[in-house]
Order: sequence, then structure tokens, then C-alpha cells
Amino acid sequence: MPIETWLTFVLGFMIIGSIVALELKDILSSIISIGVVGLGVSVAFLFLQAPDLAIVQFLFEIFAIIILVKVFIKKDYHYEEPSRINKMLIGVTVITLAVIFIFSISVFKNIPPFGEPLLHTSKYYLENGAGDTGAANLVSSIILDYRAYDTLGEVTVLFTAILGSVTVLRLSIRKNKNKE
Amino acid sequence: MIIYLLCFVLFLVGIYGVITKRDLVKIILSLAIMGYSANLFLILFAYKKSALYPILEKGVDVPMVDPLPQALVLTSIVIELGTTALLVSLVAKLFQKYRTFDITKIRRLLG
Repeated sequence: MPIETWLTFVLGFMIIGSIVALELKDILSSIISIGVVGLGVSVAFLFLQAPDLAIVQFLFEIFAIIILVKVFIKKDYHYEEPSRINKMLIGVTVITLAVIFIFSISVFKNIPPFGEPLLHTSKYYLENGAGDTGAANLVSSIILDYRAYDTLGEVTVLFTAILGSVTVLRLSIRKNKNKE
Repeated sequence: MIIYLLCFVLFLVGIYGVITKRDLVKIILSLAIMGYSANLFLILFAYKKSALYPILEKGVDVPMVDPLPQALVLTSIVIELGTTALLVSLVAKLFQKYRTFDITKIRRLLG
């Protein structure tokens, strides 16, 4: 089977999974449906010849599910009561997004078709990557050599995010101790 | 082109969740959906027909897919994990204060 068929199948599966995740009432079921969507992304990366990304996405998904379940499983969950304003908001949003989708079709006609990338900058990396850096894996040669400052910035962002979450959670722990 | 459009539909599903859902957990999940579709779109853009993954092997000389978007998306996935963790901790803190996830009820100022 050609790759387009597989990708269409996986993408349709992901769209159905995300709609199910947003519309379900039970919070644990929605988190698990999001896990299905993320693993679909991982499978799509495998089809698109990106094995490193498939592994990283798989790990990301496992960690995200563990974090979400760990935090939200014990909270008692309040059901949304349906209101008229909310129904009107849903209708207006769906119509607006449908209009955006219809107008975006002409935009997608202008980009190069699937399977024929432009490859202006990457031609240099593909030809000289092994000679310049000595790495057999060109993705790691780009991430750790040509664009090492980018990776440094990534690590900074990650450090800041983890620092922020640790700070927020530690404040709450300290307050609980004071109450006791 | 139909694959690009399906990927865009996935992004629109994420926007729909962010706008219409009143539950903070659902909003986090819709942000995750938008992130997935953006990453997938970049990788779809990089794919080349009948090309292999960009890892060099001895004696094998075949065309390779574009390695640059793969490197950037690798960065983006890791950052997404960090931002998701930060969002989750903020929402857990909000739940401790207000005892609800509903954003229409989180309006009072509590000291």
C-alpha cells in the first residue's frame, strides 16, 4: 500500500481520537484517548522515516500520561452543566472554523505537493554533514553541531519550566504544613 | 494535499477545544493536540518520496529525507513536555484554591 493511504488512516484515527477525548465526560478516559492520539503521531513519524522522533514522541507520551493521571486522578471531578450560552458558543465556533477550513484549501494548493520538499538548506547538510561533523546520524549532527545554540536554548526553556513547576508545587506543600 | 488538510483539521479540533471547553484539563489536552498537529505538519513537509531516514551507512547511497525539520521538531517535542508539566502544576494549584476546574467559576479573588 502507498504511504498516503497509511497516513490518511492514521490521521483519521487521530482526529476521531481527539474529538472523543474532548467530548467524553470522564477525565481518565479523555487522558487515555489523548495517549492514543500521541501514539498515532509516533506511528506517523515511523512511516515518515523519522525513527529518532518516533522514539522521543513515544517517551513524551508516556511521561505526559503519567503526569496527567498522577495529578488529576484523585481530584473529584465536577460535571459541566450544559447552558444555552455554551451551546451558542459551540455553534458559532464550529461555523467559524468551517469557514476558515474552506478558505485555507487554496492556501494548501500553493505549497509544494506531498513527497517533494524544497530542500534548499538541507542539501548542504546532506552532502557535507558527515565530513563536517563526523556523525553518521545527520539529525544528531544538526542538533548538536550546526544548531548547538538552539539546543542550548531548548535546555534553558526546559530548565525554566521544570523550575517553575517545582516552585509552584513547593509553595503549596509549605502552605499545607503551616496549616497543620 | 489531502494529508495536509487532515493535519489542519486536527489543528482546528484543538482550537475548538480551547475555545469551547470550560474545563481546565480539557484545555490542556487541546493544547497538546495542537502541538501534535504542528509537529506532524513539519515532518509531513519534510518527507521525500522513496527516501530513507537520514542515517549514513557504509556502501548504501540512497536519497534521504530532510533532516532539518526533524532536528527542530525533536527540540519542540521536548519543550512541549516542559510546558505541559508547568501547566499541569499551575492547574493543580488553582484546584487547591478554588476546588473546581471550571473556568467560569474561577473568578473570585482569594488571598
